[in-house]
Amino acid sequence: MMNRTLFIDPGRCIGCQACVAACRECDSHRGKSMISLDYIEQGATVASMPTVCMHCEDPVAPCAEVCPTDAILVTADGVVHEAAKERCIACANCVHACPFGVPKLDMEEMLQYKCNMCYDRSSVGLAPMCAAVCPTGAIFYGSIDELLTARPGAAATDLVVFGEQEVRTGVAVVVPAEFDRDAIPGTR
Amino acid sequence: MSDLSNYPIIPPGVSDFRKAGAVPAGDWRAPEPEDVRLVPTHCCYCGVQCGMYLKVDREGRVFGVEPSDHDINKGKLCPKGVTAYQQVNHRDRLLHPLVRDARGQDFRRASWDESLDRVASEIQRIQATYGRDAFGVYSGSSLVTENTYLMGKFARVALRTKHIDYNGRLCMVSAAAANKKAFGMDRAASPWQDMLSTRLMLFAGANVAECFPVMSHYVWGARDRGARLIVVDPRETPLARTADLHVPVRPGTDAAFFNAVLHVIAREGWLDDAFIADRTVGWEDVREVVRTYDPARAAAICGIDPELIERTATMWGTAERAMAFHARGIEHQIQGVENALSIINLVLATGQIGAEGKGYGTITGQGNGQGGREHGQKADQLPGARDIENPEHRAFIADYWGISEADLPHAGVSAVELVHLMETGEIRGFLALCNNPFVSMPNASRIEACYERLEFHVQLDFFLSETAARADVVLPSTTWAEEGGTTTNAEGRVILRHRAADPPGEARPDWWIIDQIAERLGAGDAFAFGSIEEIFEELRGASRGGVADYSGITYDRLEATGGLFWPVPSEDHPGTPRLFEERFNFPDGKARFNPVEWHEPAEPIDDEYPVRLTTGRTVAHFLSGNQTRRIGALVEQTPRPWVEVHPSLGFASGDPVRVVTRRGEITLPALVTDTIRADTVFVPYHWAGAAAANLMTVDALHPVSRIPEYKVCACRVERGTEITPSPAPPNPPGSAFDDVASLTTSELRQPSAPQGRGTSDA
Repeated sequence: MMNRTLFIDPGRCIGCQACVAACRECDSHRGKSMISLDYIEQGATVASMPTVCMHCEDPVAPCAEVCPTDAILVTADGVVHEAAKERCIACANCVHACPFGVPKLDMEEMLQYKCNMCYDRSSVGLAPMCAAVCPTGAIFYGSIDELLTARPGAAATDLVVFGEQEVRTGVAVVVPAEFDRDAIPGTR
Repeated sequence: MSDLSNYPIIPPGVSDFRKAGAVPAGDWRAPEPEDVRLVPTHCCYCGVQCGMYLKVDREGRVFGVEPSDHDINKGKLCPKGVTAYQQVNHRDRLLHPLVRDARGQDFRRASWDESLDRVASEIQRIQATYGRDAFGVYSGSSLVTENTYLMGKFARVALRTKHIDYNGRLCMVSAAAANKKAFGMDRAASPWQDMLSTRLMLFAGANVAECFPVMSHYVWGARDRGARLIVVDPRETPLARTADLHVPVRPGTDAAFFNAVLHVIAREGWLDDAFIADRTVGWEDVREVVRTYDPARAAAICGIDPELIERTATMWGTAERAMAFHARGIEHQIQGVENALSIINLVLATGQIGAEGKGYGTITGQGNGQGGREHGQKADQLPGARDIENPEHRAFIADYWGISEADLPHAGVSAVELVHLMETGEIRGFLALCNNPFVSMPNASRIEACYERLEFHVQLDFFLSETAARADVVLPSTTWAEEGGTTTNAEGRVILRHRAADPPGEARPDWWIIDQIAERLGAGDAFAFGSIEEIFEELRGASRGGVADYSGITYDRLEATGGLFWPVPSEDHPGTPRLFEERFNFPDGKARFNPVEWHEPAEPIDDEYPVRLTTGRTVAHFLSGNQTRRIGALVEQTPRPWVEVHPSLGFASGDPVRVVTRRGEITLPALVTDTIRADTVFVPYHWAGAAAANLMTVDALHPVSRIPEYKVCACRVERGTEITPSPAPPNPPGSAFDDVASLTTSELRQPSAPQGRGTSDA
């Protein structure tokens, strides 16, 4: 998990899509939203969940690993960037390698786009647009200490399990307080 | 070789960016940072009044938004707030006056002089022929407070008509009337900051997550500190989904529920006897009434398990500190005032008001829902929340305006009645702004027929609304970003909006237009305002000594503080965030209990119409939709209305379902969900024409507040055939736009959830 990162808390998501609207306002991809917002179990509940780039740490950035042109940079802070425009050949390898369905191709520009945690903002200390506007804090930006200050007793994890494949991510997910496996030390 | 042209060239899902819909005017741009200025202001939409910065480029054009760490919202915004700036340079903006030479003819472009002369001469003709009161004014609460003050003065001084009312009549008046009866004044009692130290929050008829999304962060702030949450709503709203207790009462039964909760609290001895004795009057009468509302009886009325009443009572009765909030769900009823009073009775009987973490408030729906109901645009009100029939109040304002008290009109009628007076010819001419009754008033076909009786109708707006589209003269006004001024948010906090840009084309601020008309009517001296701040300075004086006393507020103070809670009776007064700490606003300082009896809605269900219809908002749209139905991103999120039905009614999502009431019918795509009661269906009301939910609603009004009963009427639902198209918002003749907002939205896909379409929903 990164030091200052996004914490996703699906329990708080109200499905308003402020994050989707705000993502379009990001100066590096104005007009395009990198966030998926899904209404889950439609018809049974009004539950919803945002998906942002999880900035995978282990294995590190599958999207970057499969990129034939080394277009996807992972900076020392753990941020997995969008494909560099001068290198990207829109082959879609990254699209298929991503376990979370995050990267997308713009077929007019023939370029890949993905969430870079609003690097223009986060690299100068501002919260990414989605986390800045999220009305409920379903997308929270900060360190684990900042999360725990705001939400005493919260628990979060950076482990996602797909069958036998485990992925450690740079972005964390807030989990129910009774969650007892792989919670980030210090939480709960 | 087989034809491959129908197959995709890339795998599904690879490129499905969530479309932004229409591209904002000026395109998506990312100017160099040195070319950007951030103008601090507040959102134009709901009563939360989130702070935000508008991004303005070197040419003075608004082109984006930046979150602001304002005390109200700490950067947070909803999807409407994020995209609000896209109205400013929108290509649908009205850029010059439009006039119609005769009914049945198209609009043509006209000069300001011609248009204003026509308005003034029609006002004079109608008033000379039929009397002063034959010309009506209908205003709104999305205006800044300065303009609401101006509209009241314009009607009383320039037109000297008694007929002015405002669209808060469709919104806030039940709560206002209840607050005055119980507390002697009308303002939310507590700042939302108090929620962070409460132990229990109760929301009734308030879809906070969709109508006031940013208020959610106070709710979660409280929950993170251990507070519990009760939501009373016929639908499992996004806030109710995770609440500690959700009570899905039948629409129209709220007073029975809260009477029963108080019944249990009295039975269990959870009353605050000291508070009742020291600070209230009238408990015995309420005690007698609630004695008859035992949980079994109320549960039968409300269609719920009596256990939910017991649990609500236990949570409220044993909470050390508790706060109650309500909104249109309980207020949009012919017993809306009584519903609010039944909650106030609960608050008073347990002493949960007037201290940190204890409190009560209604949540205003419009940006200036609070300020807009204080300074004289209400039919029965003068500035400073004064009473137009109170001789002292009349004398004070007449003197302040420099007119004879005898020339000051008396009370007129409420908004819906004002329109209905067109039927009888009592109203012949109409000046309106900041409203769109063809979409927003109940029993909409009757409303349209009423307007057709008018001899003259002038509407001010910045987009051509459905109502403006039938006017004789349309005057192009400004968006909030081009005007500035103050609003008062749902907490009672007066905040300052800054002007970020010049109006486009020939558009002019509302106050300038009204001043010009007043001048042509010979009242120019009383309307010689050079800026919005000059109006505020006059308003301050007019409010001095009134209940809503703004006299100590200045633009400089608002700038320095980020907002002041009224009353602010002097320039060294810090404002009053929390009301009623020492006394209530009656001569003896005590609050009033008001016994209420539940009764059936105006239109109970029967064999022919066996289902309850309730209407409301969705998160991507605002009120009559004249603003939000033009924003591509919001249309993309929620393109069209739907009907929310329980699975037990036997439909599948997407089925055409005909909803029929005694007044009208619409065929809507079904959104089948477990989150609504089986005996209730929901239709959102933001759309127009044949898809306007208000074609079906009942125009029954509360006997005192005159609020319409939007939240419950009787309907039947049956399998339909053709889904009713939802027309694109109107534009002046000659403008043809091909963006998504201009499509007939029956072709657009229905929402997959009450909050809209998911980004990967086809």
